[in-house]
Amino acid sequence: MFIVDYIKTVYNASTSLLKGMRMTGYYFFNHKEIITLQYPDVKQELPERFRGEVVMTHDEKNEHRCTGCTACELACPNATIKIVTKQELQPDGKKKKALETFVYHLELCTMCNLCIVACPTDAIKMAQTFEHSVFDRNQLTKKLNAPGSKLMEGVE
Amino acid sequence: MISLEHISQSIHEALSASLNSTLVLLIEMAIAGVLVIALFAVLGLVLVFMERKVSAYMQIRLGPNRVGYKGFAQTAADTLKLLIKEGLTPDGADKFLFNLAPLLVIIVAMLIMAPIAFTKGFQLWDINIGVLYVSAVSSIGVIGILMAGWASNNKYSLLGAMRSGAQIVSYELSAGLSVLTIVILVGSLSINDIIASQQNGWWIFKGHIPVLISFVIFVIAVTAETNRAPFDLAEAESELTAGFHTEYSGMRFALFFLAEYVNIFIVCAIGATLFFGGWMPFHIGSWEAFNHVMDFIPGIVWFFGKVFALIFLIMWFRWTFPRLRVDQLLNLEWKYLLPIAMFNLLLTTVMAITGFYFK
Repeated sequence: MFIVDYIKTVYNASTSLLKGMRMTGYYFFNHKEIITLQYPDVKQELPERFRGEVVMTHDEKNEHRCTGCTACELACPNATIKIVTKQELQPDGKKKKALETFVYHLELCTMCNLCIVACPTDAIKMAQTFEHSVFDRNQLTKKLNAPGSKLMEGVE
Repeated sequence: MISLEHISQSIHEALSASLNSTLVLLIEMAIAGVLVIALFAVLGLVLVFMERKVSAYMQIRLGPNRVGYKGFAQTAADTLKLLIKEGLTPDGADKFLFNLAPLLVIIVAMLIMAPIAFTKGFQLWDINIGVLYVSAVSSIGVIGILMAGWASNNKYSLLGAMRSGAQIVSYELSAGLSVLTIVILVGSLSINDIIASQQNGWWIFKGHIPVLISFVIFVIAVTAETNRAPFDLAEAESELTAGFHTEYSGMRFALFFLAEYVNIFIVCAIGATLFFGGWMPFHIGSWEAFNHVMDFIPGIVWFFGKVFALIFLIMWFRWTFPRLRVDQLLNLEWKYLLPIAMFNLLLTTVMAITGFYFK
């Protein structure tokens, strides 16, 4: 019947519209559902595996675990990392390659995590920081090893 | 008890005591004009803020909350920004019509303000065909929109304006028919008579099913007439950038924006007057004590309370429903709303003749 179909259409339309309005009305009166964080005041807790930038871990004696093997430099797909090495005199008179500067270009990094995977000594890791904006591009080129730091004992 | 009626009465008497009647009329017109413009400014600020907050809460956001206490100064700051912006006129535009259009839209909004009764005896113009006047003047607004779209010399603007024309011309019908149900029941076109007839209960309760249907049709039709979502095809920011006001900037854009919100206020005021008794307090039949308690709340509070409840309803629609396509829009009007409104009108007529409603 045409009239029955017509009334059915009107009824279905109005009930489905009311269903939608019930949802938004519920959100309007239940402010605890709000998911917005007031960012600079309240910061979100980031997941553990969040990739913000590459950092080098240092312990309390200002020692790092980087041997300067350049595995990360080779693994990097867009030449973000540049390892500068030096020859260091060992106590037994032998010379040994050691890290001088770990240059990290944040402006080129895509946070792909390949350098961290490639590192044989777990010297670098991903940090949780994400507020990277600066006024000068040069500030994005970072030296990751702290000044005066040296290789940790026993890391080959 | 102090009331707006007494204040306006005493101002009139104080002026009449010392001046001749022509001068009194001129001064009173000036006062009324200033009051209307002040109301417009306040409405613009309050409604834009309300819209932003309502939309935010409905979308599980917080909305403006930085400027001023809880963000209350946000719209004032936005208005200040719009005031100091440059008002551009595009090269290819028809300069005269382009500049006239926003003024026309806002003047129409001002004109409809005339017969609205804010509280007992506080009305700009007590006209005996108030409802007819409102529905006649409100359809002039579309000329401003068409003018803006045509004069902008922009295809998006023109498309938006044409859609708006088709939309308002069709929805004017069902808005008019749903208003007529109340006119049939009251037997008068005067706003004051309609309010007075709701002394013992609002029409939405007294008129039961037919008035309820006509109220639903009225709300849908006025949402379309004020070009608001889900009927915002004239603007349709995702399809036509901003529709008829794409080329407008600065204060001219602000006038369109203000006119939109003032129009919402006006249609909700008409809806509150027709279906919810305007400034009339909530009365139930012959419960003398209850009615007397309700009378202690001033009429202006009742009026603005009802209007803002209806505005909230329309905002609720906007932030819930998706936009209709043009064919869906016209289908809804011509295949559903208009037949239902006509049938409902017939039903109301039968009801009015047989007296089958709560008196």
